[in-house]
Amino acid sequence: MADTSTVTEKGTSLWRDAWLRLRKNKVAVVSGVFLIVMFLLCFVAAWFTGDPNEQDLANKFAAVGSSSENIQQVRQDDGSSIKETRTLLHLLGTDQMGRDLLSRILFGGQVSLLVGLIATSVAFVIGISYGAISGYAGGRADAIMMRAVDTLYAIPFLVLVILLQEVLSGSTSEVATWLVKHWKFPDETTHRLANILPLFLAIGALGWLTLARITRSQILSLKQQEFAQAAISLGLSPSRILFRHLIPNTLGPAIVYVTLTIPSFIMYEATLSFLGLGIKAPDSSWGVLIKDGANYMETQPMLLILPALFFTTTLFALNFLGDGLRDALDPKAAKD
Amino acid sequence: MRVLRRLLPSLIPALLLSCDDRTAADRAVEDRILIVGNSSEPKGLDCHLVTGVLESNLIRALFEGLCTEHQSLDGQALPGAAESWEANEDFTVWTFKLGPDRKWSDGVPVTAEDFLFSYQRILTKTLGSEYNEMLFYIRNAEEFYKGEITDFSEVGIRAPDDYTLEISLRGSIPFLPEITKHYTWYPVPRHVVMKHSNGKIDAPFSGWTKPGNIVSNGPFALKSWRINDHIAVEKNPHYWDRDKVQLNGIRFLPVVNSYTESRMFFDGLMHITYIVPPEFIPYARKNYPDQFRSELYLGTKFVRCNVTRKPLDDIRVRKALGMAIDRQSLIENVTKGGQEPAYGMVPPFGNYKTGRAIGFDPVQAARLLDEAGFQNRIDFPRITLLTADRDVSKAMAEAYQGMWKKHLGIHIEIAQKEWTSYLNAMTNLDYDLADSGWIGDYLDPTTFLDMWIKDGGNNRTGWANGEFEEILKQSEHERDPARRLLVLQEAEKILMEELPAITIYWYTTNYLIDPRVKGWNPLLLNNHPWKWVSLEPN
Amino acid sequence: MIGFIFRRVLQGLLVLFVLYTLSFFLIKALPGDAFTTEKAMSPEAKEEQMKRFGLDKPWVIQYGLRLQRLLLQQDLGISPKKNRKVSLILQQSFPASVVLGLNAFLVACVIGIPLGIFSAVRKNTWVDYASMGFAMIGICVAAFIIGPLLQTQVAMRLPAFKVAGWDNPVDWILPAITLGLAPAAYLARLTRGGMLEVLGQDFVRTAQAKGVPPLTIITRHTLRGGLIPSVAYLGPAFAYLISGSFVVETIFQVPGMGRHFIDATIDRDEDLLLGCVLYYGFLIVILNLVSDIIQASLNPRLRESL
Repeated sequence: MADTSTVTEKGTSLWRDAWLRLRKNKVAVVSGVFLIVMFLLCFVAAWFTGDPNEQDLANKFAAVGSSSENIQQVRQDDGSSIKETRTLLHLLGTDQMGRDLLSRILFGGQVSLLVGLIATSVAFVIGISYGAISGYAGGRADAIMMRAVDTLYAIPFLVLVILLQEVLSGSTSEVATWLVKHWKFPDETTHRLANILPLFLAIGALGWLTLARITRSQILSLKQQEFAQAAISLGLSPSRILFRHLIPNTLGPAIVYVTLTIPSFIMYEATLSFLGLGIKAPDSSWGVLIKDGANYMETQPMLLILPALFFTTTLFALNFLGDGLRDALDPKAAKD
Repeated sequence: MRVLRRLLPSLIPALLLSCDDRTAADRAVEDRILIVGNSSEPKGLDCHLVTGVLESNLIRALFEGLCTEHQSLDGQALPGAAESWEANEDFTVWTFKLGPDRKWSDGVPVTAEDFLFSYQRILTKTLGSEYNEMLFYIRNAEEFYKGEITDFSEVGIRAPDDYTLEISLRGSIPFLPEITKHYTWYPVPRHVVMKHSNGKIDAPFSGWTKPGNIVSNGPFALKSWRINDHIAVEKNPHYWDRDKVQLNGIRFLPVVNSYTESRMFFDGLMHITYIVPPEFIPYARKNYPDQFRSELYLGTKFVRCNVTRKPLDDIRVRKALGMAIDRQSLIENVTKGGQEPAYGMVPPFGNYKTGRAIGFDPVQAARLLDEAGFQNRIDFPRITLLTADRDVSKAMAEAYQGMWKKHLGIHIEIAQKEWTSYLNAMTNLDYDLADSGWIGDYLDPTTFLDMWIKDGGNNRTGWANGEFEEILKQSEHERDPARRLLVLQEAEKILMEELPAITIYWYTTNYLIDPRVKGWNPLLLNNHPWKWVSLEPN
Repeated sequence: MIGFIFRRVLQGLLVLFVLYTLSFFLIKALPGDAFTTEKAMSPEAKEEQMKRFGLDKPWVIQYGLRLQRLLLQQDLGISPKKNRKVSLILQQSFPASVVLGLNAFLVACVIGIPLGIFSAVRKNTWVDYASMGFAMIGICVAAFIIGPLLQTQVAMRLPAFKVAGWDNPVDWILPAITLGLAPAAYLARLTRGGMLEVLGQDFVRTAQAKGVPPLTIITRHTLRGGLIPSVAYLGPAFAYLISGSFVVETIFQVPGMGRHFIDATIDRDEDLLLGCVLYYGFLIVILNLVSDIIQASLNPRLRESL
């Protein structure tokens, strides 16, 4: 007879449960892997594809898979210059200035993924906390907080973006220069990040509003449910109730909304560059590549299709992963 | 489904229309109505209060100055409000005889009083005109504007009788008729303006230009104006030369998005576009060769250098930057509009011979940079190129950056700002290099040279050169037109020697035009006189 | 209920006041002013213009004067860039934006909500993936792609449709689709998420076990709860839609208000921008209120919050 006394159930937390469930969702797993690959491509492999800003005006709109010769006069230390010939392979062809398209797309991906990641995280954290607190507090505090949200909705956002850019770009640039000089940060990358930072803040400052509203509604309805009432009557502290019991239940719609906001942030950055804000030339992002590519819709469709492909597949993956997460975090499924 | 019900009544005619093969452009040709793309919503129709090219297109249709543009020949002045004119020996006094049959669109005659009133109005400081320096050629005009003289009768304009205008100038200006073609010299209807301004000459928002109030003396009169949608004008029955006007009306569409504008043209919704974006130029050249035009346009593209900042205070650095730009490549690959590389500031036209001052010479450029002390390119300070995100600015900036890197080995940052921040930074000398340009206002080299005087509002570089200004002043005392041009060339030579602005190319205007539009010819100032335009069905 | 609405209206007025004040000082902080022009104005002309518009006074005084004019005379001021009264500009552009927004809203609801319901009910089947994929197109392919795409592939091929313009109702269709696809995607996903939340609950399983037909379960029992996140999203989304969209308006030449927001910011046209802000703020306040009321009617548990 088997000794059943030693078989005990291992206690699991909500997160562990969720992880296990997520692993079983094939589509979500594939999406997750895809995203990791995309990240690696953009942040690691990109460096092997050459300079995204190296122009070759004579080699515009080169075909996919073509190669070009790049002849340069390279200055020697003694002041003379010699000719250097390099052969460049253009896996995805070149753009309107003769720049390697694959390189532009991957480096552009860095910016877009960062915008998506950082701005969304900012929006997520602020939005959920704000909405949860407002919904849980109820009454006058809730009213004040929600009216503040109403106000922020209507602030002319472009004004904020321009201001932030003007005000911050000088100082972030100085900080970057200082970091490069004293702490040996890589020059180009640091300055690029410094240029983008005001943009992230501005976009993040926009996106948390609707998330707050959605979270608040969820919290309000959850607050009335039995489990919440039970927790309250048990005398648990509000923060514990909020963070342990209520918020996890709001994560479902929140995550869904977040998977939608990431692409809209990326696109919003592109819209800003319509107006001279957004990422600074010559750097690029998926949004900008797509926007510029749209002008070549009739004439050079590859310039639109290729970046759009990267963008779209990443977003699909994000969404399927998000759905998977939502399912995994569903407390009702935990009952099984 | 109320929406469906609302849609249905117009879906049916739309479906029926779709059986009609004619496009909006076709139907308009039959009605003799010209449909023109005009960039964006005008700031207004009061010629004393606007400064833009798109406004001038509208104002030219509605109003007429002393002289008008010839339909195909540059630099010819045809009779407008004035039927004849002559100058004294040294071109310091001009007498214009107004045509006695000239009338406003309400039938009231156009008289010298209107001109006197108009010039006084634009020169009245409290009106707030932005462009009145065009009138400073008139003796004492500037002084009156600045308030040094308070009696307008001391300004050099007189009306000996109702149909004669006598203008005394501050110097020799042989090209005055050219200047009168500019809208700042147009008349406004005194009786209408005063009626809506409570008798005050300087009330700017009187509403006298609203449809219903406005009265004009040009080939057309205002019919309707819907913001951001259209401005329609119709043939003016009181126009003195109405028999020559062949269009029944013109419809101006303020299409901001130039891609939409081109597509509207391809879709048969428009006869003439304002512009063609560079991305469409090769496509247009190939697929619409009869409709695509690329014509010289009097303007220069240049990169301003803030000479008050290091290292741009060194002429060698500026020259190095200037010589490292492969202008031809830029034109062929980026702007694609058939522009001309600018080896000087003033575009060569008429009898003016622009000196060859700068070109693409990367070897010399590198050498100059060495001489300036930057043999180790690492020592070159981190400077920025200011640019706005308009039209092809971004691509140009990227191209400059690429060329400076390739030929000089230096890295220049691009600072892209939205339009007003860009203008603001340039005006306040808060930049290192700035991508800019200038369109000429009239056919004389001074329109490109006058702006560079010390502290000139349009200078924006911090550059000044006493000798340069002396020569400019001197040119106004030169009576012989040929010698005068030589004097101006001397001035330009100094400007290009010191290069506060690196000239890049001379503009062309690229647009699409329906072949059924006739009477439309290339003009350097692109100020086509609407009265000679017509629509002929195939 | 009346008391609640009354309280919210008062709060709304406060919101508008704070909004106006904040916006005013933000705009003032921008570099440049309405008279920074390409062909530089002479210092005298600029001085004149500044004086005429009262821009030479200290900010606080300008604020006070404007506020006074707004409250006592209901005058929104004059735009120096368009040489017209702001109220006239808004009045002329408001109808086009409302029509465009309403149509886009319709497109979004008609496409988004049914898609979301379908996907939730047929979760993790190909119907689900296909619908969500289709919905995602609305977000991934932004207006500045859908617009030109529709222009080149639909308008230029079918004579009934124009590439741009706003003359008759047929012209409403393409811009409405362009503007409405992104909200459609949001709605599809939010509805799906909301429906899944509700469909997972016990009472649904009970009803299924009892043999209640699926359609009834959807429409009578779960739809109300499932739509709550969507309604929370729709309030501000609707406000945004009828305030016009710069991108769609410039692509399709719609004479709406969206352009004015952007133009006024770039031109530093303070009165026009403040006028737009007030209009948009007013819409937000009203629509958030309506959204909250609808949510409460859908979920009685929320009524306590009123």
